[in-house]
Amino acid sequence: MQSASTDIASRAIGIIDQLKGKEGPLLPILHELQDEFGYVPPETLPLIAQALNISRAEVHGVFTFYHDYRDHPAGRHVLKLCRAEACQSMGGDALADRARQLLGIDWHGTTADGAVTLEPVYCLGLCACAPAAMLDDEVIGRLDAEQLEEIAAEVRL
Amino acid sequence: MTVIFYVPRDSGALALGADKVARFLQAEIDTRNLDARIVRNGSRGMYWLEPMVEVDTPNGRIAYGPVKASDVAALLDNGMAEGGVHPLWLGLTDHHPFLAKQTRLTFARCGITDPVSLEDYRAHDGLKGLENALKLTPAEIVAQVTESGLRGRGGAGFPTGIKWKTVLETTGSQKYIVCNADEGDSGTFADRMIMEGDPFVLIEGMTIAGIAVGATKGYIYTRSEYPHAIAVMNEALQIAREGGVLGPSVLGSAYAFDIEVRVGAGAYVCGEETALLESLEGRRGIVRAKPPLPAHKGLFGKPTVINNVISLASVPVILDKGAPFYKDFGMGRSRGTIPLQIAGNVKYGGLFEAAFGLTLGEIVDDIGGGTATGRPVKAVQVGGPLGAYFPRELFDTPFDYEAFAAKDGLIGHAGLVVFDDSVDMLKQARFAMEFCAIESCGKCTPCRIGSTRGVEVVDRLSANIEPDKQIEVLTDLCNTMKFGSLCALGGFTPYPVMSALTHFPEDFRPAPIAVAAE
Repeated sequence: MQSASTDIASRAIGIIDQLKGKEGPLLPILHELQDEFGYVPPETLPLIAQALNISRAEVHGVFTFYHDYRDHPAGRHVLKLCRAEACQSMGGDALADRARQLLGIDWHGTTADGAVTLEPVYCLGLCACAPAAMLDDEVIGRLDAEQLEEIAAEVRL
Repeated sequence: MTVIFYVPRDSGALALGADKVARFLQAEIDTRNLDARIVRNGSRGMYWLEPMVEVDTPNGRIAYGPVKASDVAALLDNGMAEGGVHPLWLGLTDHHPFLAKQTRLTFARCGITDPVSLEDYRAHDGLKGLENALKLTPAEIVAQVTESGLRGRGGAGFPTGIKWKTVLETTGSQKYIVCNADEGDSGTFADRMIMEGDPFVLIEGMTIAGIAVGATKGYIYTRSEYPHAIAVMNEALQIAREGGVLGPSVLGSAYAFDIEVRVGAGAYVCGEETALLESLEGRRGIVRAKPPLPAHKGLFGKPTVINNVISLASVPVILDKGAPFYKDFGMGRSRGTIPLQIAGNVKYGGLFEAAFGLTLGEIVDDIGGGTATGRPVKAVQVGGPLGAYFPRELFDTPFDYEAFAAKDGLIGHAGLVVFDDSVDMLKQARFAMEFCAIESCGKCTPCRIGSTRGVEVVDRLSANIEPDKQIEVLTDLCNTMKFGSLCALGGFTPYPVMSALTHFPEDFRPAPIAVAAE
């Protein structure tokens, strides 16, 4: 029987090998790893460094520079609320406060039951139907308090 | 005769329930045994009417909106298949005043065609620009683009033709076309709409650019926040390869060109062109010092054209109808059309493509219809998080690169965010500094440190601690950031801050707590 970490390593190596031939492969590899595991397992970073012949520090630097990459799994759902100006103009700040209150977590936090992670996002390109949000892959426009309460209840089911 | 219904697949429409409307419509078509099909088009850009359903009739397309899934059955009962009247009936789409007043050149097909039908694209004048380009020499193509007066629509406003000429004249074993689709400015969604609504026009524009400068490979660098745009773009690229538009022989010519979509990872600064190139190469999105220019040493050190989506998507119409046609629109040194994105607290929010020169007041009051909340407009931020806040007193400013610069603002990527009178401009100034602090790449000190100090100064100001001193420090800090930063992130953050301070001084002077007279 394979241990969990060997399993992660072998799946990661498969992804790295498949993408390392691209020009500038590092971001595509990190994206694919996150798609595969839901986060970028820290033990895969040295594997990337070795395959691309760059330093571990370089890989660590890239991994930590970008807001999207996680070093641990998110909740079962991820709720992203837009915090940018167009959404602010339509009451986004009050909704954001309400969301934190409803879920009992702050930005980047995950509820204790692992149901949902709350993330700020700076613009979803839905500025003409603000305030906007994204629940997993679903985009939501003209979000209001009532809808937010429904979401907060739904994600915990 | 099969009836054709249109239900947009644009993210804005999806965010308002378009998928559910399409599902309900399909179910009704099946139950009623109608001879009808649904096309998932792009958006026409009238977001207050989304999801907007259209139907083809002998007189033209009739629109209904905003349609909820629960409206579908009643719409069909009222004869929607023949364009029948219903409270949501909007009449002929093309006659809607919001559309009828526009000059759609770049967005000519957006919302009309099936975004992933190459036949539809061809039937609506698609590929004519590329076909014309193939009859010209590279230098002639570049001359056409230069002559058109097209300037960078990402915000910098640099003449596109000059950039192309530099790359054409630079030798390199490999050259690249990089499309900057990292549309991170709040209030902007034109790039997203093109990628979701008419991806082939971007493919065509990039291919023309490749032929013009001798590049064989193109990258579209877009945002992870745009999953639908990524999906449509990838689908369209595959269709373009199968249709012989991309590949070893572009439309049967001797030119080779192919494009790949690359996705960012949530870093606003990667919209800056050199940070974008770093990111594409697989590094942190750290801004590069210029020179060397990307045109000389860009992606992987090779000569690179890096243009915004809208700049590239405007090229096909220029090559199709000619530079003089395009140049005829606009004012001063701002030629052609600009897709205005009217957003935020506005009644009629959406995309409005028009020749340069409309005044800010016409855009916000006449086209946008004022605020959605019905309260008075207090400020309009033009050009994203790095753009200035304009008060009503400056509503006579014409939409033009130079006119906005003259008023200490910028048009940026042409996004306008409207705020009503409930907005606190001190809070907005703080947000500008905070955003810069979150997104700074960290390379240069004025941006990295200045933005954090800026938040602190604004906080002291709001606590009413020596306000005169804080305003002096804030002004000085903005001056340092403006002139000392390496790129527009630190360099332009002073625009929202200083415009807020200059035009709305009352918000920076919290009313002193009244001291009771003894």
